[in-house]
Amino acid sequence: MNRPIAMLLATAGMAMAADALRVADAAPAAARPAPVYTPPPRDAIPDGPFGDVVRRGEAIFLHTRREAGAYVGNELSCQNCHLDAGRLANAAPLWGAYPMYPAFRAKNNHVVTFQERLQGCFVFSMNGRAPPLGSPVLVALESYAYWMSSGVPVGTEVAGRGYPKLSAPARPPDYDRGEVVYGKRCALCHGADGQGRYASNGRLAFPPLWGPQSFKWGAGMANVDLAAGFVKANMPLGLGGSLSDQDAWDVAMFIDSHERPQDPRFLGDVERTAREYHDTPWSNYGKVVNGKKLGLGVRNAESHGGGQRER
Amino acid sequence: MLTGHRSLIALAAALGLSAGTPAEAAADGARIAQAGNGAGAAPCAACHGTRGEGHAAAGFPRLAALPADYIVAQLQAMAAGTRASPVMMPIAKALTSGERQAVAAYYATLSPPAPVATSAAAPPPVAGKALAEIGRWSRQLPACDQCHGPGGVGVGTAFPPLAAQPASYLRSQLQAWKDGRRAGGPLDLMSGIARKLDPADIQAVADYYEARPARAANGGMP
Ligand code: HEC
Ligand code: HEC
Ligand code: HEC
Ligand code: HEC
Repeated sequence: MNRPIAMLLATAGMAMAADALRVADAAPAAARPAPVYTPPPRDAIPDGPFGDVVRRGEAIFLHTRREAGAYVGNELSCQNCHLDAGRLANAAPLWGAYPMYPAFRAKNNHVVTFQERLQGCFVFSMNGRAPPLGSPVLVALESYAYWMSSGVPVGTEVAGRGYPKLSAPARPPDYDRGEVVYGKRCALCHGADGQGRYASNGRLAFPPLWGPQSFKWGAGMANVDLAAGFVKANMPLGLGGSLSDQDAWDVAMFIDSHERPQDPRFLGDVERTAREYHDTPWSNYGKVVNGKKLGLGVRNAESHGGGQRER
Repeated sequence: MLTGHRSLIALAAALGLSAGTPAEAAADGARIAQAGNGAGAAPCAACHGTRGEGHAAAGFPRLAALPADYIVAQLQAMAAGTRASPVMMPIAKALTSGERQAVAAYYATLSPPAPVATSAAAPPPVAGKALAEIGRWSRQLPACDQCHGPGGVGVGTAFPPLAAQPASYLRSQLQAWKDGRRAGGPLDLMSGIARKLDPADIQAVADYYEARPARAANGGMP
């Protein structure tokens, strides 16, 4: 798929009818852009028992800890990484995902259903545990995703799915350059210490990017390539697309070179876990960065991390 | 007497020292707020209210409970003209940097005003709620609450509260950004945001925040 063209179309396609789906024609097969999709507006969730469960799914997606606390081990919400309540193209929208499952997933080494995919984000990104298949939490999230995807044919890869794939960086991603970008463009919100910031009423405003309240080793966002794509498209908040590709790679390298909660698949020692599960240039697990060995994990404290709060 | 104190503060500021303890600074700040500095800065209270509550009809903002660093930054910007305000510029210019710190420290410690009561006849302004809480991502517009905190209560020193700020003032600032009369602040975030708002949006969102409580009910709890 040609990402730039697809992204352009995604922007141009905003005005389309709610559940319309269009395949751009006359493009040679290789460069044919994926279809463009605009999810139905939020106030179109139907009344009645099905609509109630869809709304419950939306609430869990927005306030994950409050609404599904038993399965959540950090301060994050699904929406922190899937922006606009899971609706935003290039921020791994639910309508890009739902029609593509069941699918073979290398990380699980079998065909996973949509509910199993949701479990993955609970275990890794939310530093929590998997809600049982068929449990009310997963049914609500699945209903929400199904409702949002109502105009996408099953098995159709829609433009804007996932995070954009950046082309390989001109220079290898670099911690020191990333630290400079972070200080200039990110610390304002996420804090110089990466622990996020809390509003003056004590509620989380800007999510932590590493440390005990962040996602685990092994989470998608802990891979430099996925983080770089997310940051390029979506950060700083409201200024998506403003960083150069190189800056996005560098700052992603910086973020993903900090300690975070241990990989849930931990085999008892870092080397073995690294060999088994982190055999990719884009994970820093088990590597030495800045003279510090990564992958030791941080304990998931019961309370907040060191996030900067008002008093 | 005031003057002597002023030059002391100025000296301390010039030497890079802080103007005494926070309590001392706040006491100096209280004097400036109620009586002016005797050197060209009118009493702040005359316009911003005796308890810093602001003046809705005139469009004067509340200063009570704004973060001190934010107040100092705004006074600097108004003195330098990067935030164009014919009323505030001479006042901000007449304050030494020590006096800015002192008056900021004072206002930061005051309790915020109660929100404007909406009468039973007039329903609470909800038109702005969607922009405030959800944003308009089809135009890359985040929710205001994402930066200004849940309910617009403010985050840290860089993101001022919008809650319980007069709607007339909020409107004027959004318009100032659209017209290029106020510098965008950190990362130039606000000028981009204001440009994506049309007049109806500005009206709706300003009405919405004016009626929000400055302190959320669950104060202190995450
Ligand atoms: C720390 C960031 C983060 C958080 C929090 C998070 N996710 Fe994810 N999620 C990701 C990443 C990264 C991917 C992989 C995206 C890609 O492959 O491009 C992903 C993928 C997904 C997918 C599959 C997307 C696809 O196109 O196949 C679904 C569904 C999903 N997440 C749901 C959730 C739900 C539900 C929650 C909350 C319980 C959640 N996520 C929380 C980062 C996060
Ligand atoms: C203006 C404030 C702001 C700035 C500046 C900013 N972010 Fe964010 N960031 C946010 C908010 C808010 C979210 C959560 C988004 C949501 O919930 O809709 C977020 C989410 C994230 C996430 C995913 C959530 C998580 O906890 O992992 C990452 C990664 C991230 N930002 C990285 C960056 C990087 C890198 C920069 C600098 C290039 C940056 N951000 C600049 C506000 C900001
Ligand atoms: C004659 C009326 C008047 C007086 C006296 C006055 N102000 Fe103001 N002030 C205003 C107006 C009007 C504004 C809005 C400026 C604008 O439109 O940008 C303002 C804005 C401000 C702001 C910006 C608030 C924000 O939320 O960004 C600060 C800070 C401030 N004044 C501090 C002071 C201090 C300190 C004093 C006393 C030394 C003072 N003012 C005296 C009228 C006044
Ligand atoms: C990406 C972060 C961000 C978002 C989103 C955001 N703001 Fe702001 N806003 C700021 C920052 C930073 C400032 C401080 C500007 C300065 O220092 O001059 C500010 C200041 C303001 C002020 C001036 C307050 C005062 O006391 O003078 C108003 C009014 C305002 N914002 C309204 C809004 C509205 C309305 C929205 C939603 C439509 C919004 N903001 C969304 C970052 C944001």
